[in-house]
Amino acid sequence: MIASLSLILLCQLIGEVIVRGLGLPMPGPVLGLLFLLLLLLARDRFALLATGPLSGGGVENASRVLLANLSLLFVPAGVGVVQKLDLLAEHGVAIIVVLAVSVVVTLLATVATFVLASWLMTRGEDTP
Amino acid sequence: MSENPFSLWVYLSQSPLLWLTVTLSVYAAADAVSLATNRHPFANPVLHSIWTIGAFLLITGTSYTTYFGGAQFVHFLLGPATVALAVPLYENRKAVLAAILPMLVALVVGSLTAIISAVVLAEAAGLPRGVILALTPKSVTAGVAMGISEQLHADPSLTAVSVVLTGIMGAIIVTPLMNRTGITDFRARGFAAGIAAHGIGTARAFQVDAVAGVFAGIAMGLNALVTSLLVPVAVTLLVR
Repeated sequence: MIASLSLILLCQLIGEVIVRGLGLPMPGPVLGLLFLLLLLLARDRFALLATGPLSGGGVENASRVLLANLSLLFVPAGVGVVQKLDLLAEHGVAIIVVLAVSVVVTLLATVATFVLASWLMTRGEDTP
Repeated sequence: MSENPFSLWVYLSQSPLLWLTVTLSVYAAADAVSLATNRHPFANPVLHSIWTIGAFLLITGTSYTTYFGGAQFVHFLLGPATVALAVPLYENRKAVLAAILPMLVALVVGSLTAIISAVVLAEAAGLPRGVILALTPKSVTAGVAMGISEQLHADPSLTAVSVVLTGIMGAIIVTPLMNRTGITDFRARGFAAGIAAHGIGTARAFQVDAVAGVFAGIAMGLNALVTSLLVPVAVTLLVR
């Protein structure tokens, strides 16, 4: 468990170092995600890598524990709303309406595009 | 026993122990309620944890900074949890590769829609410029959105609040909305939840369907990348 957590933190650390060092416009953890993915894919190819956290489902189980509680991690940032009560009293209704309409429009646009694109793809395969 | 119960409160209220305990136990209770209601959208554990803890802070006159001293240990895990998304991605790599093209098209359309709709609606509602800027990155995960907000010289803490509000509303609305459209492709449903409502939408998607969760996680990761590139451009073009 500790070795698996260390591996996850190490991936994030390398990601942060590269992002800060090169001034890349992406978040460090996203680069860390790519590193962990490459490690897992490399493990299937080179048996040498299948040790420690990369063997016996170590890092897989640690990740599952983290992801099973993903929504808890947003609570501290959300409680920050107590600092914004005066702003919410003034513009709260407008902000909530804007965010609500925007999220509905985004959900519909994304799901429609995905379904349409995948329908066009399978149709293309059937009639080449 | 302490002679003055008030001095015990003064000691505890300044220590990380109390606020970490409050955060975890309130969430555990909210999550138990959510489970008892069979994961009803309105029993969203994030929503109910936030108002409960927020009310507790207001009643006890505790500052957010003091609270965050304890809660930061939970907040910190947002980064490692993003890295951990590599595991479901790896385990479902065949399904992901098979849908790579629809994913990329939906990513661009969804990301643009999230940013442009927020700016256009906020301008129509007559919100001040500072608020509009803080709202634009609201569909990406908290850490990333706050970084974008800083670059725009907006208020990162207002961005964090709008990110969490967006996530909660997205998580509440996604299942009834998608059921109404009649779309049963859980890859598409999950992907939309991840684009529009980042990690809270992803957490919701994992509750509904494992495949939806995987696609939501990928969408959230990809959107973090794309939005950090698109928001500065959109702001220059759209915000007056």
